[in-house]
Amino acid sequence: MTTHPLPVRASRGRALALSAGVLATALALSACGARAGAEAGAPSSSGGESCVDTSGDTIKIGFLNSLSGTMAISEQTVRDSLDLAAEEINAAGGVLGKQLEVVGEDGASEPTVFAEKAEKLISSDCVAAVFGGWTSSSRKAMLPVFEGHDALLFYPVQYEGLEASPNVFYTGATTNQQIIPGMDYLKEQGKTKVFLVGSDYVFPRTANKIINAYAEANGIEVVGEEYAPLGHTDFSTIVNKLKASGADAVFNTLNGDSNVAFFKEYKNVGLTPEAAPVVSVSVAEEEVGGIGVENVAGQLTAWNYYQTVDSPANAEFVAAFQAKYGADRPTSDPMEAAYTSLYLWKGMVEKAESFDVAAIQEAADGVSFDAPEGTVTVNGDNHHIAKTAYVGEIREDGLIYPVWQSDGPIEPDPFLEGYDWAEGLS
Amino acid sequence: MSAARPGSARTAVARPDWWRREGVRLWGGIALAVVLLVGVAPAVLSDFRLNLLAKFLCLAMVAVGIGLAWGRGGMLVLGQGVFFGLGGYLMAMHMKLSDAGPGGVPDFMLLYGDGVVPGWWEPLRSPVVTVLAILLLPAGLAAVLGLAVFRRRVRGAYFAILSQALAAAFAILLVGQQKVTGGTNGLNGFRSFFGYDLADPVNKRMLYYIAAGVLVVMVVVVRLLMRSRYGELLVAVRDQENRVRFLGYDPAVVKVVAYAVAAAFAAVGGALFAPVAGIISPADVGVVPSIALLVGVAIGGRATLLGPVLGSIAVSWAETSLSEQFPSFWTYFQGALFIGVVAFLPNGLASLGGALRRRRARGSAVPEVGPASDVRPAAGSAGGVPADPPAGAPDVTTDTVDTAGRHA
Repeated sequence: MTTHPLPVRASRGRALALSAGVLATALALSACGARAGAEAGAPSSSGGESCVDTSGDTIKIGFLNSLSGTMAISEQTVRDSLDLAAEEINAAGGVLGKQLEVVGEDGASEPTVFAEKAEKLISSDCVAAVFGGWTSSSRKAMLPVFEGHDALLFYPVQYEGLEASPNVFYTGATTNQQIIPGMDYLKEQGKTKVFLVGSDYVFPRTANKIINAYAEANGIEVVGEEYAPLGHTDFSTIVNKLKASGADAVFNTLNGDSNVAFFKEYKNVGLTPEAAPVVSVSVAEEEVGGIGVENVAGQLTAWNYYQTVDSPANAEFVAAFQAKYGADRPTSDPMEAAYTSLYLWKGMVEKAESFDVAAIQEAADGVSFDAPEGTVTVNGDNHHIAKTAYVGEIREDGLIYPVWQSDGPIEPDPFLEGYDWAEGLS
Repeated sequence: MSAARPGSARTAVARPDWWRREGVRLWGGIALAVVLLVGVAPAVLSDFRLNLLAKFLCLAMVAVGIGLAWGRGGMLVLGQGVFFGLGGYLMAMHMKLSDAGPGGVPDFMLLYGDGVVPGWWEPLRSPVVTVLAILLLPAGLAAVLGLAVFRRRVRGAYFAILSQALAAAFAILLVGQQKVTGGTNGLNGFRSFFGYDLADPVNKRMLYYIAAGVLVVMVVVVRLLMRSRYGELLVAVRDQENRVRFLGYDPAVVKVVAYAVAAAFAAVGGALFAPVAGIISPADVGVVPSIALLVGVAIGGRATLLGPVLGSIAVSWAETSLSEQFPSFWTYFQGALFIGVVAFLPNGLASLGGALRRRRARGSAVPEVGPASDVRPAAGSAGGVPADPPAGAPDVTTDTVDTAGRHA
């Protein structure tokens, strides 16, 4: 060990010199960035310059959904209906005479990847708008990217509200278009004891916060509130608590696989939809098959679209979708919202007569579309859309049939400003 | 590093000639890396690609630490996500607080919490405290954990499982404490980094240069550790822990140092990752990302100096570009690459050159116990399988059957 003191000493000297050199370089190069808030008044000096190419016969748009990872099973369906909408629009002559050129990316079910791919779509591919995202975490991760580049995201999934970015159009429901109507329905049915069960992440926790406030204001008692980690499949404890609580209704914000275990356990302990119906907000037509119809028949869901919605626009949508992907494929709320989002973007572009972000933001207010779910209209203030709410019952054929619907489209209210009881929630 | 092996003095005859060559090659390699990182990359890559590279460099910092702890120290660290996450969250908390302004409350706490900044967040308003916390907290945690674990002579697969369980628990904790950690959303939407506007591309470049500089410094530090007496002791502990104990050293302390250094590197990587990627979430710190970090090191060559860095950057780069080219089935490529390397080059891609050289040198009078890439790490010391004595290594390591390690 004493045979080579020399190399050690020699390399240490050089190493220090080298590290010092690198650090000096780094510092020298780093001294020129803008300080935060230095030019507060000026339009952000950032990469806001758009590189969207509008000179050719085509216009690029980006689809960003998880095609791998845990969310792939859900997000693939959204990608399919986005592809369908793009195909239809191209067949009908495109947008402002330009054919859509779709750049697809995989978000891999990871927020960090969503942020990275969004950045790539905007700054490398120069797309005019991006469509996609599903989980709250994917949206939150992409948000700063779209705001930083002043680009547009169309987000097609119902979510927990409390957000309104000028760079995002939310075509899924916010809380007052899904959760509150769901609670209204339970109240109408004379339910007084609600049990809350959800996966442990942002949406269920926020939804339950709202439900608690609603319940307090409406004389409903919340007899239990339980969370299971995402992917959790042992529900014996939670379901036993549910049974012991004497609840006459359950509000379910569980996501994915957990629903299978939950509904099986619910059935095992002898609970029935007649005595204590479960209102789910994350179980759509796609998921019913996975959970098994026999486990969920008779249960309720709250959404803004069902495959069974009776309208000419929906009949066309379902027929086109099944012609392209197979007659056994159901259509669901997020798929419909994604399909609608592409048409709404088309409507905004045509109203603005431009692909420019500022022009689209300017023109967005009042743009409407006869969507499969009914007519939807963009609210220019909060960038959400007015939607009709439906409560539906899952039947033996695996489809969901509306048993209640709101009087026409409900204006979006992401911050619940129109509800006295919701004061102090946000 | 043949010099790191006991008994390699036998090659002393050839030394004056070859260590200089090795030195030239090593420092030449580092100089080349600096030129590539600081000179070439910023010139040829777009802002977006450069930022991606910065992200990969942050992951490579974790890889450097894994190379030290696993490759040289034989500790299969399956939970480096914990330290990466600690560093990332500490930095993210500071950025959220400084975005909120003096006395302000980060936006997500207003949305999901009760709008009050918890007491343990408060110290992180200060940049100095934040930097110190990033450097010291994860390393300190690793030291405490390491002492507890290594003193009880927990090693091999048991240590690996323990470190992985820690990563799983950490991710679950972060998800559960949504009010103070942001839950599954993690922390994101940072606007400034120590007062520099993150939306400004110039500042993004600055972050890249910082990441590149820090990574080079880390490689140099590991190089110095490897060449020091401590480095030899570490390899000795890896290969023959009991022998080292009989010689009067405390193997626990030797391992703790490497573990703590690896933790500190991971934390610094995480701390730079947060502003570069613009987000840190439980999905970046749990079991899967911890293993992904290890894959790059294994592919690159865990016992070498530059193998972990290059392997980790190559894997991240391949992941990104493959997923862009083949959005729906890129994961199969990744799996195939890993299987290929493990099956045909168990010591990683960095051993490719060494394997070829050894083949060429076969038959020569002086056994070439060559440069960095020739070292055979004791693959077994992690799993309890006997170590494979390096080709041409002299007698000291011939009786390598590691029986004592079994009753840990």
